[in-house]
Amino acid sequence: MYDYDVAIIGGGVSGCAVARELSRYKVNVCVFEKEEDVCCGTSKANSGIVHAGYDAAEGSMKAKMNLRGNELMETLAEDLDIPFRRNGSLVLCLNEEDMPRLEELYNRGIANRVKGLQILDREEVLKKEPNVSEEVCAALYAPTGGIVCPFELNMALAENANVNGVEFRFQTEVQDIRKLEEGYELITNHGIFTARYVVNAAGVYADRFHNMVSERKIHITARRGDYCLLDKSAGNHVNSTIFTLPGKFGKGVLVAPTAHGNLILGPTAIDIEDKEGTNTTREGIDQVLGKVGMSVKNLPMRQVITSFAGLRAHEDQDEFIIEEVEDARGFIDCAGIESPGLTSCPAVGEWIADLLKERMGLEEKVDFVAERKGILKPEDLPEEERAALIRENPAYGNIICRCEMITEGEIVDAIRRPLGARSLDGVKRRTRAGMGRCQAGFCLPRTMEILAREWNIDISEVTKCGGNSRIVTGVNKDTL
Amino acid sequence: MKNYDIVIIGGGPAGLAAAVSARENGIDRIIILERDKELGGILNQCIHNGFGLHTFKEELTGPEYAARFIEQVVAHDIEYNLNTMVMDISREKIVTAMNREEGLFKIQAKAVILAMGCRERPRGALNIPGYRPAGIFSAGTAQRLVNMEGYLPGREVVILGSGDIGLIMARRMTLEGAKVKVVAELMPYSGGLKRNIVQCLDDYGIPLKLSHTVVDIKGKERVEGVTLAKVDDKGKPIPGTEKYYSCDTLLLSVGLIPENELSGGMGVELNPVTSGPRVNESLETNIEGVFACGNVLHVHDLVDFVSEEAMTAGKNAASYVQGRCEQGMILSREEICIKAESGVRYTVPETICPAYMDDKLKVRFRVGGVYKNCCVCVYFDDENVSSRKKAVVAPGEMEEIILTKAQILEHPDMKTITLKIEEA
Repeated sequence: MYDYDVAIIGGGVSGCAVARELSRYKVNVCVFEKEEDVCCGTSKANSGIVHAGYDAAEGSMKAKMNLRGNELMETLAEDLDIPFRRNGSLVLCLNEEDMPRLEELYNRGIANRVKGLQILDREEVLKKEPNVSEEVCAALYAPTGGIVCPFELNMALAENANVNGVEFRFQTEVQDIRKLEEGYELITNHGIFTARYVVNAAGVYADRFHNMVSERKIHITARRGDYCLLDKSAGNHVNSTIFTLPGKFGKGVLVAPTAHGNLILGPTAIDIEDKEGTNTTREGIDQVLGKVGMSVKNLPMRQVITSFAGLRAHEDQDEFIIEEVEDARGFIDCAGIESPGLTSCPAVGEWIADLLKERMGLEEKVDFVAERKGILKPEDLPEEERAALIRENPAYGNIICRCEMITEGEIVDAIRRPLGARSLDGVKRRTRAGMGRCQAGFCLPRTMEILAREWNIDISEVTKCGGNSRIVTGVNKDTL
Repeated sequence: MKNYDIVIIGGGPAGLAAAVSARENGIDRIIILERDKELGGILNQCIHNGFGLHTFKEELTGPEYAARFIEQVVAHDIEYNLNTMVMDISREKIVTAMNREEGLFKIQAKAVILAMGCRERPRGALNIPGYRPAGIFSAGTAQRLVNMEGYLPGREVVILGSGDIGLIMARRMTLEGAKVKVVAELMPYSGGLKRNIVQCLDDYGIPLKLSHTVVDIKGKERVEGVTLAKVDDKGKPIPGTEKYYSCDTLLLSVGLIPENELSGGMGVELNPVTSGPRVNESLETNIEGVFACGNVLHVHDLVDFVSEEAMTAGKNAASYVQGRCEQGMILSREEICIKAESGVRYTVPETICPAYMDDKLKVRFRVGGVYKNCCVCVYFDDENVSSRKKAVVAPGEMEEIILTKAQILEHPDMKTITLKIEEA
């Protein structure tokens, strides 16, 4: 007997999408996550873009997953109650001489079967996006491009999987994997677990796990991307996602609204050795701030509220590896998931679940719940309904985060729901409390109080993101 | 919908003084809306002394200073709502607010006084590179944790920014048992009051490094250390000057931003220099009957000046309600602009309408750099009407001049008043 039929390593969007798709079937699944929450790696620090699908080479796994993921995202967002919007994307051509390459992109998009692609001339572009650089000579317009909240997508997939029976083991780091006659043994910091199948969705660490079981080695580079995030007051500066055709000044950076109405700028692409190297650097931030002006004018740079960096899992062949490992039966890679990984996750989940369904002869559950209700946002309710909600539960009348106008009711919901928030970052990613222009200066002590109360712990035990990330180190004069 | 003559947004020092003054000037129906659980605003966490030297001629702590005004508010029977967040103010002066007890409610005001104060600039606004671990606080947040809740945010501290809160927190953290290793300041001068540098740093042997900034933050879960570097005259770090300080805490005191999201939402015009509303001699914004005072208008150094400014706003709001609003009394609104030039960054107010002006008007301003042996000069159009000698003016200390109504009425065709810093 195995502890689990399927062990998924990694609680990012890919791992959680696989978990959610597998939860449709009668199968015993566990997600192993080394952090204290889902969405702690690449999935938390990216552009939040749902790509149209003209970038990847025709016939590649990347192209295939991108198109299918884009197609599935709409229903998924509806089922999981998360913000998603097809705002369309533009790839700007800033030099006449680059026009052939814009056409090449268009043709690739057509070959990939991207719907609605058009090449817009200068006037059309400027009419659509008046803040785009005057240098623009044309742009590739993809109406199916969109934006999604990566945190909520990840959380919602995990919650829904959990509600449908998937187990999650947090702060459980897989340290080694041993091949059994059939199946695998996962050696973790919390004991040894056996599983018939393993899904390797370990992001930048996917090569490490793959190489533990296979002689055909793969290599994944952590490719850092620095971003700057602007206040919501700048969120309408552009409506579409603005990319730039790589030109003589190298690859540009994108300018896009986020699903919550901020404006995001970035990323850089800097290959690094340290797979935990999510520190921003001055060069990185300067590169972002220096390059954005090429594509979009009059950006209100004084409105930057935070900068951050994420690591893409770049595989040497520049391709997604989503398959059963040839010399390791029952070990399924979901590796090299860099851009368009977020877009692709619904398709990746579907693909791997289909593969396992066939291999394991899985039967569908009758009681699978496809829909998940997100955290109730009183701000979205009509006034009378909001007033009624506060009468019923006064915590919805108590604003905790003044920037994002998040109430105590929402924070309590985030803590009490399945796989609820345990830390400030957990609350932040679920509710946006602390994500606004003051970056938690105001709500930090208040959110700490709620976390301590709800988890019945002392304030001094509240962490930013689990582990050793406690917010306060003691009480006044405790060393005097 | 409830009706009030004056709704005051914020129960900190500005809101309290404005309320008292409006009442003393004859307004009955006043309400203060405060989001925190008690009146007093940021003063409640400022437990050090030094408040009230101008107003009460004695040195009080922040809570004591606040109490003086809270007592007056209570004595005057002025209404206030605590734990109440204002969600929206419409141009028609309908205030939408929310709390646990009353839920979402609306108030129609005749006049509104904006007294929301300011917030601290976060790390992100400075693009400080490095990791994003626990242990990075804005100084005011740390002050609240220490002074109001009794928790020590860290044991080994580096402070970036020598604004007053940063300086005060250097002393406070030391007194509570932490080791403050250094205070770094990007500018070649401190943004804080001279007395705070002496009493909070020098007295405790805490070094102040001018023209320095944080260039890296180490530590993935909790801060492990920060790297400081010297900056050139453009504020860019100079390679080779880096020095690493091991610490578990970084406090940021890197500037305050008036909290004007509500004002902006209702269409109040803001000055990009102060990030506060543009106001006239009555401290009235571009929306008639909407007044502003205190740190929401422009960031002050001393609470005494906040109170004074708020008293003026309260009085003017009262006369607006009694005069223009209820009697339809309209005077000529011919305006004189006040311009800030050569060294002067901004002025409050920015316009004067002589008909509405008191006999004396205080114009407050800040300079953009440190000037020694200089003159603060006032020009009525091209005519220099006064030059006041100053041994030193600095961005950290707010300055003021007084204009008299008599003086202005002597110049009937004047279009512009200009403030400049000139060599003595």
